Amino acid sequence: MRAFTVLSGLVLPLDRSNVDTDAIIPKQFLKSVKRTGFGPNLFDEWRYLDHGEPGMDNGNRPANPDFVLNFPRYRNAEVLLARENFGCGSSREHAPWALLDYGIRCVIAPSYADIFFNNCFKNGILPITLNDDVIQSLFEQVEAQPGYSVVVDLPNQTITDPHGEILAFEVETFRKHCLVNGLDDIGLTLQHSNLVKEYEEKRKLETPWLFNR
Amino acid sequence: MVAQTLYDKVWQQHVVHRYEDGTTLIYIDRHLVHEVTSPQAFEGLHLANRKPWRVDTMLAVPDHNVPTTTDGAGIDDPVSRLQVTTLDQNCHHFGITEFDMSDPRQGIVHVIGPEHGATLPGMTIVCGDSHTSTHGAFGALAFGIGTSEVEHVMATQCLMQRKSKNMRVWLHGDKRPGVTAKDLVLAVIGEIGTAGGTGYAIEFGGPVIQELSMEGRMTVCNMAIEAGARAGMIGVDQTTVDYLKGRPYAPSGENWDMAVEFWSDLKTDKDAVFDHEVTLDVSTLQPQVTWGTSPEMVVDITDTVPNPDDVTDSVKREGMVRALEYMGLTGGTPMNQVELDLVFIGSCTNSRLEDLREAAEVVKGKKVADSIKQALVVPGSGLVKRAAESEGLHQVFIDAGFEWRNPGCSMCLAMNADRLEPGERCASTSNRNFEGRQGQGGRTHLVSPAIAAAAAIAGHFTELTEI
Repeated sequence: MRAFTVLSGLVLPLDRSNVDTDAIIPKQFLKSVKRTGFGPNLFDEWRYLDHGEPGMDNGNRPANPDFVLNFPRYRNAEVLLARENFGCGSSREHAPWALLDYGIRCVIAPSYADIFFNNCFKNGILPITLNDDVIQSLFEQVEAQPGYSVVVDLPNQTITDPHGEILAFEVETFRKHCLVNGLDDIGLTLQHSNLVKEYEEKRKLETPWLFNR
Repeated sequence: MVAQTLYDKVWQQHVVHRYEDGTTLIYIDRHLVHEVTSPQAFEGLHLANRKPWRVDTMLAVPDHNVPTTTDGAGIDDPVSRLQVTTLDQNCHHFGITEFDMSDPRQGIVHVIGPEHGATLPGMTIVCGDSHTSTHGAFGALAFGIGTSEVEHVMATQCLMQRKSKNMRVWLHGDKRPGVTAKDLVLAVIGEIGTAGGTGYAIEFGGPVIQELSMEGRMTVCNMAIEAGARAGMIGVDQTTVDYLKGRPYAPSGENWDMAVEFWSDLKTDKDAVFDHEVTLDVSTLQPQVTWGTSPEMVVDITDTVPNPDDVTDSVKREGMVRALEYMGLTGGTPMNQVELDLVFIGSCTNSRLEDLREAAEVVKGKKVADSIKQALVVPGSGLVKRAAESEGLHQVFIDAGFEWRNPGCSMCLAMNADRLEPGERCASTSNRNFEGRQGQGGRTHLVSPAIAAAAAIAGHFTELTEI
């Protein structure tokens, strides 16, 4: 996994609450057996005016000029500003894969659905939670100022806005450690494989029916 | 000893290691696998030259992409077909039990687990699918995971988790006739909202839950995720034990007796404290119908489409305006005047035998309205289909003008050929009414099997007493 330390990026405001993972990456693109290549279909149904299918030449499809992702001022954004309950619904990890493939490395929202939040950390995306008032103020600032970028500093847990104002954010210690160092969870867990085996021996006595097949 | 909730107990029994900040390694007893969220995880194993830790905990089945037509033609779409054959190959390579497309036991992953007794009380159960919450109906801790976690469980038999908070939803009062498990859970979601359960494991309890069959309990827990909770749970009682006895993967002989004794403690202690409690009196509840693009946008079938002008919160109001525009509805319209194009009875929420009986009861001796373009019944598994046919339910549906299909996820998420066209309106027994969920531009109303069946006959939503 790619490590996340300090990111300086343009902010893309997506002013909708309860954005579900079906909207982030529609089901027809879930047929892929790969982790990459989802970026051109991020928010497909909102982003294009036609119906998207895998294998289409997305460069030739009619873009929806009213969808924020298509505004020239937000091109190459790396930070997504969103509303409450972002990433609800399906557990598809294709949602963070699509965000990452598009170039989004950090999401800022008042709240997230649990599975999506977890999936972000597994893919080097930092989901930051800030309270509603701060989010509202960020939406207003981003819309008022073209080119609005922030510096997200994970080691110091700060966001610095274009005026040098600093916002602090919280992140769980263990998740931060893994993200900052780009650590592979599986490798970490396998370091404890003796504990897993001990647990299994204990459980075989208590609940033998769980080890019969 | 400190009084514990059901969730606390099952969690504690599975702790392998606790990191300093509270991140915990928990052991996974059952890993259900389907074709959509597993290929990248298997690829990860191959690349790292790893093997599954315990293949005997795994059970795989293709369901999302499988065709439900009965012509036996196989999968037309080469991309879908590749995903299914990839699952077959991976299961073969690693020696994982799979109910493949030719297996009579094939079906929706959340239907087959319980059906075969692969879902047992007190287990931790995961699957790369958010509706894994279904299995919590058995007093198991069951939740959906992403593909990275699928790979993690395959490789280590464990998951890194943080403990959720405890919420109890307590349902009491006498249900009115025609009010089903689906209506109960839709009403709960309407009450607490789609993010109301975020960060919690929800335990459903109370006399109304106790009276439900296992099928009904599965419907309720299935939609816990639609209230934001990764896990829904219900304590073990005689209904649970009776359902499991004799199922192929359930324990037998001495192990059965030992297991039943162990399971008897899988309920919340009397004095246990929940972080949040919700109580709902269901005695005035009517069958529920969603009107918008989120499961929390739900009303009684006797009610009208809500009016955004009545809402003060601006973010919420804008969400309603957007939803109504997408749904092609205006505030104030009586729900029972909303006309439908299609009807879908199926999905991991409502495709079990009891659901099909409930729908057939309404349909019997009647005809699907001429204005309905398509009415589908998609049983949850091959075994459900066979059981329904042995009762003659298929004939009831076919005689009425429904299509009687083969098992699969089908039009719940339209990854196979079953889907809505733009603007089409569907009464659906599935779990999500998100924009485009059943096909781009499609309009979904979530309802119970009985209400879906009644809508097929009437051509519009209607109370059961009007049919």
